[in-house]
Amino acid sequence: MASCSESAIDYKGGKVFLRRGGSGQPLLFLHGAGGIPAWLPYLDRLSDRYDVIAPDHPTFGQSDEPGWVEKVDDLAYFYLDFIKEQGLENVHLVGQSLGGWIALEIAVRSTHSLASLTLVGAAGIRIKGRPAADLFIMDDEELARALFKSDALAEQMLAMEPTEEQQDIVLKNKVATARLAWQPRLFNPALRKWLHRIDVPTHVIWGDSDRIIPPDYAGEFGGLIEGAEVTMIEDCGHLPNIERTDAFIDAVTGFCDRHAA
Amino acid sequence: MKITMFHLMPYAHMDMALRARHKSAWVTYPNSDFDPKKGAALYNRYLDELELAAELGFDGISVNEHHQNAYGLMPSPVVMAAALSRRTENCKLAILGNAFALREHPLTLAEEHAMIDCISGGRLITGFVRGIGAEFWSLAANPTTSHERHVEAHDLIVRAWTETGPFAFEGKHFHFEYVNVWPRPYQQPHPPIWCPSLGSTETIEWAAHPDRRYVYLQNYSPFESVSRFLNFYRETCEKTYGYTASSEQLGWTAPVYVADTDERAVAQAKEHIEALFNKFLALPFEVLFPPGYLGMSSYKRVRQHKRSIAGDQTLEKMMELGIVIVGSPDTVRERILHCHRELGFSNFIALLHFGTLPADLTERNIRLFAREVMPALQPVGDEAYRGFERVAAE
Repeated sequence: MASCSESAIDYKGGKVFLRRGGSGQPLLFLHGAGGIPAWLPYLDRLSDRYDVIAPDHPTFGQSDEPGWVEKVDDLAYFYLDFIKEQGLENVHLVGQSLGGWIALEIAVRSTHSLASLTLVGAAGIRIKGRPAADLFIMDDEELARALFKSDALAEQMLAMEPTEEQQDIVLKNKVATARLAWQPRLFNPALRKWLHRIDVPTHVIWGDSDRIIPPDYAGEFGGLIEGAEVTMIEDCGHLPNIERTDAFIDAVTGFCDRHAA
Repeated sequence: MKITMFHLMPYAHMDMALRARHKSAWVTYPNSDFDPKKGAALYNRYLDELELAAELGFDGISVNEHHQNAYGLMPSPVVMAAALSRRTENCKLAILGNAFALREHPLTLAEEHAMIDCISGGRLITGFVRGIGAEFWSLAANPTTSHERHVEAHDLIVRAWTETGPFAFEGKHFHFEYVNVWPRPYQQPHPPIWCPSLGSTETIEWAAHPDRRYVYLQNYSPFESVSRFLNFYRETCEKTYGYTASSEQLGWTAPVYVADTDERAVAQAKEHIEALFNKFLALPFEVLFPPGYLGMSSYKRVRQHKRSIAGDQTLEKMMELGIVIVGSPDTVRERILHCHRELGFSNFIALLHFGTLPADLTERNIRLFAREVMPALQPVGDEAYRGFERVAAE
């Protein structure tokens, strides 16, 4: 796997683990419920053009589990502090799934340091009658099959034999996700009414066969956020960065380059 | 020994063909299978069975709480205890238990329990439980904060029962400007609190604390686990808290079936006990242990042992493990006395109806147990217990 640096920053007495690679304009990648197991090819390819910063959210992955993380709001305030403390400006903020929800909560509070916002299969709102799938009630096999359009990818994921450390992190991420998103399931009822505050170029990317958060949500976000562009990725499930890496990279970099600010 | 009859009140008419198409009888098992007319008859039959136990001299009768399932039709055990409070005179009414912290407003349960305690003239036993994992799906409660909410709800209700109000309760999860519960409980300082559990060292350490000394009840477990957890309670009191636990602080709950011979008991109970475990109780691992319900190390332990409540138990295996007690009056009596000699618990809770056991067999079971088994158990005290010193020495 290509290179990134790994480090930990201190925040309110706890450690936040982050991976960072590449150079250029900062691109802050906020991971989804499953976390970031490694510096995967999609991060590496983004780092060809940007200074990619990919933290493990506090309570996830290799980050500590501080008591102050109770709601997605808490992570939004954390990332606003993080951006300020790291001196980041003109940030391309990319959030996937749960990370998309966090990105939205950041952006409705302040877009001061953002150049653009990219949402990939984002959680955070609810369309009545179109719930997201219940990640928690699925067993491992059901989850793998729901995540990908391609059965072969699901098989590949199921065939992996994670180490004990990796299993611990999977479990930790599941608990961390439940803490934030068990009730209401994967959304904040108050978020929708503030989405009009988002005043940076916004790009909504969705797999056209997403079985976790239905593709209808792409159009819903597109309508709620003024001027948002929507890109549907064909033959793709909930994780375009994994399932359709080329199309994902093209979509993200194409949009971010046009809005380099 | 105090003997309590416990009832789960299952929906015994569950459509087994429909059940076979679902992973469990819980949470998402469709309530179209509940026929209100059949349900009405069942509720009244089950209440009759508990009232019969009260007449026959049981020390207590007991109900509990489960939501959105066919395993136990008592989302509010308070309703059942209220019905029983006016139809019984001397026996204890044990709610084993109520999950206070599943509610946004646990104070409402503190009020209702105080009402039952007053109506019954101080016969209430309050079972204080967190709720099994399945409830967190049904009541949309977050499992990751369940433990701290449970402890905080306890502090709220005990203060509401023991301190005169009004006072403000300023917790992390619960906030009340005016805590001033009317009525106050009949029993002072408050009704006894029991802690039923499927086996949790955290619960034991909490219940055994010298400020609480609550009764710990081990439910549905192989006798080996019953021994481990009850002895852990005594050991915790001895080593951690520096006092000697009384046998009144310990109890055990088990399904019991008595018939005139061992063979007949097994033949009559088999189908219905197996239905209890394999059809009504069986739960997928994910539903039984939602994320954060257990701490990391406990979760890993249960996952390793695949201790989901699996659906493939046989009566013979459960008898061998000592999860259930089935046999002639002699067999059942000797078994319970033997277990008491080993562990010295002062409370035995008998589940005398289970699964699909029909009314005639249930009534016969209650009567036989009351006539042939219970009289030998009730007089037994610590003199029959071999003593914790000997357990500790081993």
